[in-house]
Amino acid sequence: MSKAALQAVKKKFASEVISEHSQHGDETLVMKADKIQAICEFCRDDPAVAMDMLSDLTAVDFLMQGRETRFEMVYHLYSTTKRHRLRIKLPVGEAKAEVASVTGVWKSANWMEREVWDMYGIKFEGHPDLRRILLYEEFVGHPLRKDYPIAKRQPLTRREDPVENIWEQKHILTGPSAGAHFRGSYDTE
Amino acid sequence: MGIELYGVETLQQILGWARKYSMFKQPFVTACCGMEYMSAMGPRYDLSRFGCEFVQFTPRHTDLLFVVGTISERQAPVLRRIYDQMADPKFVVAFGVCASSGGFYQNYAVVPGVDQIIPVDVYIPGCPPRPEQVIDGIVRLQEIIQAGETHSQKELRQLAGAKG
Repeated sequence: MSKAALQAVKKKFASEVISEHSQHGDETLVMKADKIQAICEFCRDDPAVAMDMLSDLTAVDFLMQGRETRFEMVYHLYSTTKRHRLRIKLPVGEAKAEVASVTGVWKSANWMEREVWDMYGIKFEGHPDLRRILLYEEFVGHPLRKDYPIAKRQPLTRREDPVENIWEQKHILTGPSAGAHFRGSYDTE
Repeated sequence: MGIELYGVETLQQILGWARKYSMFKQPFVTACCGMEYMSAMGPRYDLSRFGCEFVQFTPRHTDLLFVVGTISERQAPVLRRIYDQMADPKFVVAFGVCASSGGFYQNYAVVPGVDQIIPVDVYIPGCPPRPEQVIDGIVRLQEIIQAGETHSQKELRQLAGAKG
């Protein structure tokens, strides 16, 4: 059913397609990463494709799998009007782990891209607010990369300011930032 | 003294007896163990038989902290803060393996046991624990409270001793 959508995208961006496959009726296009914004805009706006929903955006780390490119971005698209799906994959290299952001196409990409940045360290060019979303700002590294040590812990570190340091203080904090445990993000003025 | 209480000898014993049958709970429920906690609280297993039915969702009015479920690194300061806000003497129960030791999680996100953050008096194993295990844990906690051997009570005694 989504063959038509796949053919439309393939026809429009013939030079970008690396390969295509289909598993259990889910069409997948592996494409070059350069024009992802244009591809996504086409997928959303073309009446035959009409992918009005980005159901998921994630990444995979293929470290030591014998691939040329280490990462792969995965976009799961769904059309609520046509009721078909399409999956777009982009190989992303390690040296320049950066992809254009699709927040301009689907607003829901915002937090998903932040999660991918948090977990895999893939940057999104043009993202309005690329911060960690699940982990804390003090965290070093990206835990879903396969070279992150499996049992490595990074307990939340002490704050520099001893007044704010709830780990060392026995007594209850009061004041404007009394509810703030994480440096920066939760502070009220 | 004129008043005779059968089986009770000292003021400490009276206090321990009073404390162990009137524990106000603060449940810190983060994961699936919460379902089993509800069942232990419900009419079938009925923790109120053990003087432990009162649930408060404010740490300042409670003396028993139930850590129910997985605690992530990011939640750790919050849990510590809730513990600090509770009134002395305070008791902590680690409910289930995740709270006790991190359970099957060994990764970047999960605290391997809440005793890394706060002192724990009773560990209840199980994934999740059966209500019988919870009741057993509560009864054991009551024994420890009666004996005055919880972390908080020991600390308070030390403080009192230091003051003289």
